[in-house]
Amino acid sequence: MAVQTQSTTEDLTDLPPEIAATLQAEPPHPDLELVERAKAGDTSAFEQLVRQYDRQIFRTAQHITQNREDAEDITQDVFFKAFQKLDQFQGNSKFSTWLVRIAVNESLMRLRKRKTSKTVSMDQDVQTDEGSIPRDFAEWRPNPEQNYSQSELAEILRKTIAGLPPGFRTVFTLRDIENLSTEETAEALGLSVPAVKSRLLRARLQLRERLSRYFRKTKEGSK
Amino acid sequence: MNCTDFLAKLTDYFDGQIIDAELLAEVKEHLGTCHHCEVVVDTTRKTIDVYRGHQPYEFPEELSERLRAAVMTRCKASVSK
Ligand SMILES: [Zn+2]
Repeated sequence: MAVQTQSTTEDLTDLPPEIAATLQAEPPHPDLELVERAKAGDTSAFEQLVRQYDRQIFRTAQHITQNREDAEDITQDVFFKAFQKLDQFQGNSKFSTWLVRIAVNESLMRLRKRKTSKTVSMDQDVQTDEGSIPRDFAEWRPNPEQNYSQSELAEILRKTIAGLPPGFRTVFTLRDIENLSTEETAEALGLSVPAVKSRLLRARLQLRERLSRYFRKTKEGSK
Repeated sequence: MNCTDFLAKLTDYFDGQIIDAELLAEVKEHLGTCHHCEVVVDTTRKTIDVYRGHQPYEFPEELSERLRAAVMTRCKASVSK
């Protein structure tokens, strides 16, 4: 009860600048012109879109499937499907979000095929409270990643994220690694905004808990 | 505000989406007095930073070129049919 400011949410000037900015009209996204050209048969325009987003699509697929060959196949399939379904893209969302949604669907389909006995969906493993309450309160070293070589660190990060349920690591990947907004992530995954937020919280907390083993300060206070 | 209340606001806090000034003040007040939550915030932020800064999956230019060539071959074949 320390601050008693009467903030009215209608007043745009009271909002943080990054939120106020999104409420103002934005110019059309440059991708839209490329999409229009591609729809009209210009394959070089489509190739430019592939060039722009192949990395993001590949990483998303690899994070979800945890398999490099699958990620390569999925990346090809995503762009080929997008090309074939280009007329269905109406520009209501960003082109990149539309691509990511196709990539998520393709990746989950791949996972389902591989694990025939287990069902894989965005709703998996969200019923329990497991991992949603922090247990480890150790402080970390100032630049903990510097204690590991690049390849050791990559291995730690891969192993750690691979341990999360697919639904959680997908939300974390889109939101925190690929920098989609909460709304874009929700759209790409066909989830509600609150559902994305709760998965994101759990994903972040579980990763934090697991990384703590590697990054915490040692008892002696040495490096 | 206790630790459970704080945790419920953690995602919004990280994403700068706590617009209500009174709520934000309560969140900050808890953070200033609770060492556990302070550690959780610091290490969670670090978790996000380390994943952002160190992509664990390589995507070399050679792979990008190979995938792009394969995609474009399929796309062009599908229109010329
Ligand atoms: Zn606390």
